[in-house]
Order: sequence, then C-alpha cells, then structure tokens
Amino acid sequence: MSYFNIIIGSIFVNNIVLAMFLGICPFLGVSSKVSTSVGMGAAVVFVMTLATLVTYLIQTLVLLPLQIGFMQTVVFILVIASLVQMVEIILKKISQPLYQALGIFLPLITTNCAVLGVALLVIKKNMSLADAMVYAVANAIGFTLALVVFAGIREKLALVDIPKPMRGAPIALITAGLLSLAFMGFAGLVK
Amino acid sequence: MNNLQVFTRGLIKENPIFVLLLGMCPTLAVSSSAFNGLGMGLAATFVLICSNVVIALLKNLIPDKVRIPAFIVVIAAFVTIVDLSMQAFTPALSESLGVFIPLIVVNCIILARAEAFASKNGVLGSLLDGLGMGLGFAIALTILGGIREILGDGKFFGIPLFGENPTTVLLFILPPGAFIALGLVIAFVNKFVKKTA
Repeated sequence: MSYFNIIIGSIFVNNIVLAMFLGICPFLGVSSKVSTSVGMGAAVVFVMTLATLVTYLIQTLVLLPLQIGFMQTVVFILVIASLVQMVEIILKKISQPLYQALGIFLPLITTNCAVLGVALLVIKKNMSLADAMVYAVANAIGFTLALVVFAGIREKLALVDIPKPMRGAPIALITAGLLSLAFMGFAGLVK
Repeated sequence: MNNLQVFTRGLIKENPIFVLLLGMCPTLAVSSSAFNGLGMGLAATFVLICSNVVIALLKNLIPDKVRIPAFIVVIAAFVTIVDLSMQAFTPALSESLGVFIPLIVVNCIILARAEAFASKNGVLGSLLDGLGMGLGFAIALTILGGIREILGDGKFFGIPLFGENPTTVLLFILPPGAFIALGLVIAFVNKFVKKTA
C-alpha cells in the first residue's frame, strides 16, 4: 500500500471519527468552538504519533520476543497513560507557550479511544513501522479535520431555534450523521 | 438507597447510553445489528461486574493518589480475559466486533462506575451496580442495534421480518445511520422518559 493511499484513505475515506467511530467522546465534548478544537486536534496529532511509535516498538521488541502478546491491552494503556503524563511534564519544562496551548487537552487524551485504537489497529493490520507512522499521522489529521469542521457547524447551530428534546446531544449526533454522510462521498477514491 | 434501587437505576433512570451519554464509541460502532449489540453489551457487563467487585475488595489497599492507574490495570486485565475468551469460543462475533473488544478498557462507563461507585461502596452493592449498569448498556445497545437492523436490513437477530428482498433504508446500517439513529433515540428518551420538554 503506497503512502498516498494510506493518507487519503485514512483522512477522507475511512475517517477515524465519522466512519470508524473512534474518539467520539472528545468529538462531541470539545467541539463547540473552532479554536478549542484546533488545540485538541494538535494535541492528538502529537500524542497519537508518539504513542503509535512507542507501542509499536514495545510490541515488536518486547512483547513478541518474550511471547507475552496477551499482555498487549494492559501494557498499551499503561504506556499511553504514562506517555501523556510525560509529554505534559516535558512540555511544561521546555516550551511554556506550547504547554499553554495544548496543556489542558493532554489529560483528556488518555481516555481518547482513538489513540489506543490506532495503536492496536496498526498491529492488527501487520503494518511496517514506516506505514504505521504514516497511518498514525494521517488518522490524527483526519480526527482534527472532522473535529474542526464539526465545530464550525456547531457554532452556527448554537444560534438556531431547535425543538427542546432535540437540544444538546441529539442534534449534535444527527449533525455528525450528516457530516458522515458527506464523507461517504469520498468512498472509492482509493483502493 | 437499597440494593434493589442500586440494581434498577442503571436500567432506565440512569441508563449509561440514553441518559448519561457514556461509552459512545462502542455504541455507535457495534450497533449495526441486534446480535452484535447484545454481544458487546454482555462483554462489557462481564468486565463491569468483575472490575467493580475487585475494586470494591481492594479499595482500602489502593493508595488514593494512584487509584486511577490501579483501576485501569484491573479493568485491562478483565478486558484481556474477555478478548481472549471471545477469540476462542465465539470467533465470528470476535471478528465482527474487532478492535472494539480491547477498547472496552477505555470505555468511560467502566472507569466511571469504578470511580463513582465501587471505590466507595461494599462488594454486594458494587456487584449489583455493575450488573445493573452493564445490563442497561446491553439493553440500550440491543435496542439501537435492533432499530438499525430492522430499518437497514429488514431483519431482527438475523431473522427476516418482511419476506425476501424487502425495500430497506440501507443508510441505517452504514456509519451515518448510527449517528442519526442514536440522535433520534436520545431525543425520544428526552421527550418521553426524562420529560424535559
């Protein structure tokens, strides 16, 4: 599979949020303003890339040689949780502006199933390290794209008179459905 | 609050999906048929009951500062048990649920019950809470899966309802249908169960 196919495939065709349903909680939770969703997206790009790299190396260099593949879930979630903590501490020390931009989003990412999901998927799909990294970055960009577009729609939606039982989650979900429908138009773009 | 209330609360009044809006990812992803929904619901119920009981037993041993990582390890251990058992005994279901079985570990319902209930209550209460919340999750997933399967495929639990080759709304078993169906069901719950309007 060429890198181009992986990139287009995971940003548009199989968008991680709209087609694969990973990372729905931050998608619905942090998407009421475009500016915050850009921040969240940037933090996800950062953590997802790093987490996929580290978990991939742990899987191939530690878990497989020791034949303890069954520990995968336990090890991965602990690695991601501690990685997020570490990134937060390092950012605080070395780059104050970046920390202020991304800081509040970092703790939320531990429970973002998209990060663990991508880490597990690259191993399930038997990707090479280079493919896995491209896949992780592309999915993180796909997540950011969906989040920002959705936030843009929700900013407009806040001004509309919506029937009471539909307010909040229901209308957000239906909006996401329509967005997902629009993204289905990309199907067949790559093999 | 007596034990019966602890058990029934999760079923309707505080249903994790329709009322508390927790655990959206697996809800949307695996509810393409009633059977998948039920399978996922029961897997999560098992993890929820076991993790609630173990955490209720260990709550005095775990230092307060590291309780969240400790809870996650307990949950991840039971998720691994479920994952491997399903691969062995129900390979077809395991295949169709795919990566969402290991992802039970980051399902907010389970950590939320561990933190909000099991870490403060006794073993029996935690068991009933896990059972009630888990069944509430399973029921909600089965309802949503049933709606999508009937509308999108004309079947219920794989049994054809409208004869051969019915005209169906294919959209409902595709990803957009998941969002739209769940949105409409929550609006229905808001209107008729919570009576906010």
